[in-house]
Amino acid sequence: MEVPILKQGEVLIATFQAALSDADLNHLRMGLVQQVVKFRSRAVIVDVTAMDVMDSFASRTLREIAHMIRLRGAETVIVGIQPEVAFAMVQLGLTLEGVATALDLEEGLAYLTQKFKNPD
Amino acid sequence: MSKRDSSSKDSGARSHPGVELVRSEAPSELLRELVAHLRQNRTQLREEWVVRITETRLLTAMTKEEIFAEATSVYDSYVEALETEAFEALQAYARNLSERIIPRGVETHEVVGIVLLLRDVLARSLFAKYQTDFKKLNRILDAYEPAANRIANTVAVGFVQERERVIRQQQEAIRELSTPVLQVRERLLILPIIGVIDPQRARQLTEQLLRGIRTNRAKVVVIDITGVAAMDVTVANHLVQTVEASRLLGATVIVTGLSPEIAQTLVTIGVDLGKMNTVGDLQGGIEQAERLLGYKVVTLAETR
Repeated sequence: MEVPILKQGEVLIATFQAALSDADLNHLRMGLVQQVVKFRSRAVIVDVTAMDVMDSFASRTLREIAHMIRLRGAETVIVGIQPEVAFAMVQLGLTLEGVATALDLEEGLAYLTQKFKNPD
Repeated sequence: MSKRDSSSKDSGARSHPGVELVRSEAPSELLRELVAHLRQNRTQLREEWVVRITETRLLTAMTKEEIFAEATSVYDSYVEALETEAFEALQAYARNLSERIIPRGVETHEVVGIVLLLRDVLARSLFAKYQTDFKKLNRILDAYEPAANRIANTVAVGFVQERERVIRQQQEAIRELSTPVLQVRERLLILPIIGVIDPQRARQLTEQLLRGIRTNRAKVVVIDITGVAAMDVTVANHLVQTVEASRLLGATVIVTGLSPEIAQTLVTIGVDLGKMNTVGDLQGGIEQAERLLGYKVVTLAETR
């Protein structure tokens, strides 16, 4: 299943659908980094609103995506984690440490706008 | 040989030396007989029972009239249970009675006590009636004892079940009372926790908070635990998980009001304090939250 990646200025937005297979996730990981290179994006927003479950593979993949993208000098923000999913994740010890998170797409964009204005 | 043997014609059997022929009744017949006796002497036995209750200083929370009224219905239900052996009905009655008297402050030992007193009053009355016929007394008691035991048990269990129901109800009420999620500014939520947190309540708190973060689009949450005296390791972990889960929803959590005991617990379980943002008291927590959100509070005098 292809994950659509949209471009919004300097930001790429990837919207996860529910039930992504491990192959889909691997495919997406390479795809996103390639797109960041191609468009010289400053940030990637990964929208997981539609995911109603997050397993350890998906969680690790998201962390890896963020690390790889950071190596390209870009920021990653994960948005749209549902309350039930967040609860299940912390119980399993999947904390997405080191990756920025925001409530939804709007908040994610606001966060990035702020960050671009005041780079630290 | 007893006199009885030589004159017994009703049994139609031949009498043997050394053997006493006795007409034996069926257990249900005996039960009917003793129930009839208890009904006939209802007024007197009930009165005797009430006197014993007062003497033993039970049901002190109730007036004499109330005791008499309840005694009447308990007596009748007791005798009916002996007669019909319908213990489910008795249990329902016991729960109903408990629902009435528990709010009056009646304790378990009082309920068990009065039922045992009644059992005793009735047993003595049976002793008195059949004292001349020891064998019959034995058979009567054989019929009475198991039923009376079962009644005492049923009433006690019914009472305890009712108490447990009340306790569960109160626990639920306490749980619901104490976990409001309050918005005090745009994007700022406060969760004031008071009392005892058990794992179940901690879980409920987390779920409520996460939903609140999403609904109110909160960016900062202040969890105040000034009102929590102590926390065990499990609950402390729940707190840490709450902080982490909130972060996944894009909200920063500030924990305020940690008592020395709780601070000790957190250090003991090795909480990564880098993950936990803590401030001394609620006021400090709100001030920091406002700073994080870009608010600045100035007095009106300064703005002039």
